[in-house]
Amino acid sequence: MAIGIIQEKERLAFRFDKLGVIISILALYGALLAPFATYRANRIIQGEARGIMEALPPHLGYGLLFLVVAGAAVALLRTPALFRMAMALAALAALAGLIGIAADHLTPPENSYARVSPASGFWVLVFAFSLLLTDALTRLHPGPGLRLLVLAGVLVLAGSMLVAGRWDGLSIMKEYANRADLFWAEAGRHVTLALGSLAAATVVGLPLGILCHRVERLRAGVLNVLNAIQTIPSIALFGILIAPLGWIAANIPGASAVGIRGIGAAPAFVALFLYSLLPVVANTVVGLAGVPRAANDAARGIGMTDRQRLVTIEFPLAFPVILTGIRIVLVQNIGLATIAALIGGGGFGVFVFQGVGQTAMDLVLLGAIPTVVLAFTAAIVLDALIEMTVPNSSQGNAA
Amino acid sequence: MMFTLPNLFRLAVLVVLLAFLLQPAWFEAMLTPLVQENAPAIYNQGSLFWLTVLHLRTVFIATFAATVVAVSLAIIVTRKAGAEFLPLSRSLVNIGQTFPPVAVLALAVPIYGFGEKPTLIALFLYGLLPIFENALTGLTTLPPTVVEAARGAGMTGSQRLIRIELPLALPVILTGVRLSVVISLATATIGSTVAAKTLGEVIIAGLQSNNLAFVLQGGLIVAALAVLIHDALQGLERTLAGRVHV
Repeated sequence: MAIGIIQEKERLAFRFDKLGVIISILALYGALLAPFATYRANRIIQGEARGIMEALPPHLGYGLLFLVVAGAAVALLRTPALFRMAMALAALAALAGLIGIAADHLTPPENSYARVSPASGFWVLVFAFSLLLTDALTRLHPGPGLRLLVLAGVLVLAGSMLVAGRWDGLSIMKEYANRADLFWAEAGRHVTLALGSLAAATVVGLPLGILCHRVERLRAGVLNVLNAIQTIPSIALFGILIAPLGWIAANIPGASAVGIRGIGAAPAFVALFLYSLLPVVANTVVGLAGVPRAANDAARGIGMTDRQRLVTIEFPLAFPVILTGIRIVLVQNIGLATIAALIGGGGFGVFVFQGVGQTAMDLVLLGAIPTVVLAFTAAIVLDALIEMTVPNSSQGNAA
Repeated sequence: MMFTLPNLFRLAVLVVLLAFLLQPAWFEAMLTPLVQENAPAIYNQGSLFWLTVLHLRTVFIATFAATVVAVSLAIIVTRKAGAEFLPLSRSLVNIGQTFPPVAVLALAVPIYGFGEKPTLIALFLYGLLPIFENALTGLTTLPPTVVEAARGAGMTGSQRLIRIELPLALPVILTGVRLSVVISLATATIGSTVAAKTLGEVIIAGLQSNNLAFVLQGGLIVAALAVLIHDALQGLERTLAGRVHV
């Protein structure tokens, strides 16, 4: 009797994928119960919910419902990972295309005030199929090269949709159209802040890390100071730096000419630089400490100088760990650079905080989505690079 | 990476912090040089002490909820029934960490309105990650001999979990909680951009009125809290780790 029940359970477990149960419940909820798009007669007014069948022309609506049910079935049954990945990609591509069509379908002709944005059902569907995609990718465990290829494919696809104007009917793209020049200026500032401070932190942090590795007495002190900096909240550190930089700009000739000012990008840059130092220095120390003694002894044995040893033995062996530190910094900086907007430093945070101030969700998204995409891209690219630099590693971050 | 201060220094930080929160007027002379003439040197739009209490309350609620959820999830994916979620949960944690806290906060506003709620959501989501990761490490790197011995002694799965696995993993889980608390203490200040009552209010008031003293006191109170709580939790971890390994 008990054995019969266990067998029954095993047979069910064999047929159904546990994660698939969650995915299909989410997908069916998103498609059937939650609104697909929100329609507003103008930018400020309260939105009205529209289901899939209301938001799309009938044939496309039925098409999407069919695709969702098919996707849920693929998720629910134990299907090969490659097949699951293809299904998830197809569903995500369809959602991306259809939300643009829904915007055009819902907006009355010749009406430039009406706003259409994706609603909760759309986001739930995107989440469900992203989950399916992540799970399939985790199971397939693609190599770093393939992961970069998938990333490039997705970015090119999304880029071409943007260029072709497929999403122009959506509210977020109308916000963009109203301030396209500003958007690219802030994008440039955001990337400059994040990458520039990373570059500065690498230039200073690497030698500092090597020094800390060589001089043991220095190590604890330097790391403690850098650790303490991390406990200062970002908005405070940005603010605290306004005073000294303002003083430098006013009192040191030439400083203001190169762009150093009390408010704006300079304090943001310095703050991001200070936050970046800890991961770079700490990982350099850890990486160098992890170099096998035998490798160093062998190098000494064949008469290498300290500098030769550092360049040809220690540094290459420590490189993956150092790169991990750089990955942490880059992802963190892309996120933190949004705070720069609070002190007039620009970046995507400008749209986020403006949107919060006006309770304009689409404006928030205009700042938040590029930030998340940037951070995510940086993480995938650097994870792949790290995996490529570690010889014979079978283990990596699938994200 | 250990962050240790001599006990005396720690005590001094605590005393100065408490004195500042309860009698900020004592410190006015030190902060006055930082502000323009006639501008207040001590935050005057509310009690620093109460803002600190509210700040700590927000962080505590978010971290507590994050700990309960993250540890439960880690337990589920390390059981046999949830084992197939383990690789996926690792990927999700990696992905989750790339979301900037400001974005999470800003996106929670339209759903939950202004105030404490979006801050709690953002802190909760952000706090999940380090705790989950550490709980996972703690539960998957137990010495196999101990687990085998417990199995041999005839313990059931839940007995093993409660009496053996969780106590052994506790120090590592606490490390995750500590990381999460320190991150949350700093991130909570951003909550004040959406009108949450935290110490961020002091900093933002300083940024808006160009008052460096406000920015400095808000920032330093948070930093002092972070250092003290960090050290206290680290002490607790060491005590627990010492007791377990006897």
